[in-house]
Amino acid sequence: MPEEQTPSAAVRTSRALARRHGISAVWIIPIIAAALGVWVAVNRIMNEGPKLTIYFTSADGLEAGKTKIRYKGVDIGTISAIRLSSDHRVAIATAQMAPRTQGFFVADTKFWVVRPRISGATVTGLGTLISGAYIGMEIGSSHAYRYHFIALDTPPVISTEAPGRFYVLRAGDLGSLDYGAPVFFRRLQVGRVASYALDKNGQYFNIKIFVRAPYDQFITADSRFWQASGFNMKLSASGLSVQTQSVLSILIGGIAFETPEDDRLEPAARSNTVFTLYSDRATAFEPTARHPQTYVLIFNESVRGLAPGAPVELRGIKIGEVADIRAQMDVRTAAFSVPVTIHLDPQRLGVKIVELNSKANLEAVRERLIEALVAHGARAQLRTGNLLTGAAYVAFDFFPGAKPVKIDWSQSPVRLPTVPGQLEATEARINAVVAKLNSLPLRQIGDNLNKTLNDLDLTLVSARGALNNANAMVAPESEQRVQLDQTLAEIRLAARSIRALADDLDRHPEELLRGKRAESK
Amino acid sequence: MSERAITAMRAGLQSCAGCGLLSRPGPEDDRGNCPRCDQRLSFRKPRSLERTWAYLIAAAICYVPANLLPVLTTTTASGAEHDTIMQGVVLLWSPTGWPLSLIVLFASIMIPSAKILALAYLAITVERGSIANTEQRVRMFRSVELLGRWSMVDVFVDTFTAALIQLQPLMSVEPGPGLFFFAAVVVLTMLAAESFDPRLIWDAVDESEVEYA
Repeated sequence: MPEEQTPSAAVRTSRALARRHGISAVWIIPIIAAALGVWVAVNRIMNEGPKLTIYFTSADGLEAGKTKIRYKGVDIGTISAIRLSSDHRVAIATAQMAPRTQGFFVADTKFWVVRPRISGATVTGLGTLISGAYIGMEIGSSHAYRYHFIALDTPPVISTEAPGRFYVLRAGDLGSLDYGAPVFFRRLQVGRVASYALDKNGQYFNIKIFVRAPYDQFITADSRFWQASGFNMKLSASGLSVQTQSVLSILIGGIAFETPEDDRLEPAARSNTVFTLYSDRATAFEPTARHPQTYVLIFNESVRGLAPGAPVELRGIKIGEVADIRAQMDVRTAAFSVPVTIHLDPQRLGVKIVELNSKANLEAVRERLIEALVAHGARAQLRTGNLLTGAAYVAFDFFPGAKPVKIDWSQSPVRLPTVPGQLEATEARINAVVAKLNSLPLRQIGDNLNKTLNDLDLTLVSARGALNNANAMVAPESEQRVQLDQTLAEIRLAARSIRALADDLDRHPEELLRGKRAESK
Repeated sequence: MSERAITAMRAGLQSCAGCGLLSRPGPEDDRGNCPRCDQRLSFRKPRSLERTWAYLIAAAICYVPANLLPVLTTTTASGAEHDTIMQGVVLLWSPTGWPLSLIVLFASIMIPSAKILALAYLAITVERGSIANTEQRVRMFRSVELLGRWSMVDVFVDTFTAALIQLQPLMSVEPGPGLFFFAAVVVLTMLAAESFDPRLIWDAVDESEVEYA
């Protein structure tokens, strides 16, 4: 370095001076930058939300990097990748969720694709027409965390977070019910059909319904549910009455329920209680079976008009119904008969059994009761209930003259005695009369009658002749008449003399012995 | 350069960065003010290399989040979309839009990184007292100074877009955190270029000539 010139020395001093001053304040800037960078990085890493794997049957409408996962309308994640499973059965979507959402993903959290959907009464997801599909979710109540989910094919109709209860209805067929079909209570819509599934054996449907919070307390264990689909038309003496729950239920079906008045004080039924779904209100309110007994009645007549469900009445009071009608043929005798199976449940139908000891053996009591009834002449009979439709019913009535029957209790079902129906009995009687009439020897009688009449005719002719003769004899101017008159006059004289004789003899009976005395005497 | 060129510094003169006036520093304190414009005077930019390095390192640090974080958040009815610079380039790349895409690529990705690398190269060579490629290096520095500000184009475009596209219910565009870092990169590289004193390149040449002489 050149020493002779001061400015160079000054530069040197200046540099030395700078070093002595230590680190320049400008280094704060990279430190701040580094701190910011680290803070952003740490923030990112710390706030990295969980990654989920969601399986979809179809990824239709989903787009990697675009499709959002929304909970209550808030974006909480994005689908980051979509691929097919190795067996090409399902689409596997990877979702990057927002930070601090770990607690959302529990075992029963549900995911589904929100698309525009018009189902019965509800239109949902219209917004997705513009925005494209997104994934809806619902947080479950479980505490088991999970990061793999199978998306639902259809969005749940009812949010599990809404207050209320779920119930299960068991129905033989689904009717016109669908997801979201309304549930009515006194014609107020209080719930919806949440889902339905066929039982494992395919025997019945399990329909899950949801009833909103203030109304679920009206459902007790004895509540009755019935299909409110369509409408009920009744033509009676007072005119035409149409019953329906609502216009909505006509279109999309629905379920109505009611709780019997006297059950109001019972506690509300618990969630997921199983109820039976009846086909209509009348069936729903038929009392449930208490002690059903099955019997068989064998009729040797036509059972036309009798159908399963027809009532069985005892002196006009319903005590059961017809369960089954078959036909049987005895090959040996070629006798054709109709066994009718009936279910009797008098207690269910409100028949009070007087002085029934609750501890007594019901079976024995029933046997005794039926024995007694049959001994008193109780017999089953087919009767026509409705002359217009010809619907028949089974009536038990007392026929004191009926032949005594011994009931065989070892059979199952036990056979109860029958008598021919009213119409049948009358017919039989008329038939008997006709048969008797048929057996009369009418021709012979007729022939005889003819002969007799001919004889009679002849007899009458001769009788007329005789009478004519008689008439001629008694005519006043006839000879016979004159002679008769004379004879009569003579007879009169003779009679007078006899009277005189008699008088004489009366006065003088001795004259019979001594002869007539002289007048002179 | 056969003969040592006379420089202001060697002549004991300080040139004013503001008005260019040459003046002799006071005998005691070489850090006087310009008698004409009252600018602070020094022979070379004080702590030029140190400051350049500091700004460069800061810029390099900011360069990472600037490219990783979204610079633009577009909210439409379908949801929000976060785009980083590179995603923007990819988005713009189309048969007709590729020139635009290239502009963004150059202005926003290549130029800042090139600037950082160039300045780092200059700072290293100056620090090592390298005398090779001096003219090239000076040219490089000039182009860095000239092009550097153009990187701000991206920031301007983004801020304008954010300000203009505010169709609230349907669509809105908001700047993302990446934009802040990107602007920081641009500003820091400009500051680094500003702090770098190109005269240091020649000082090294001077000194080496002294040594070899």
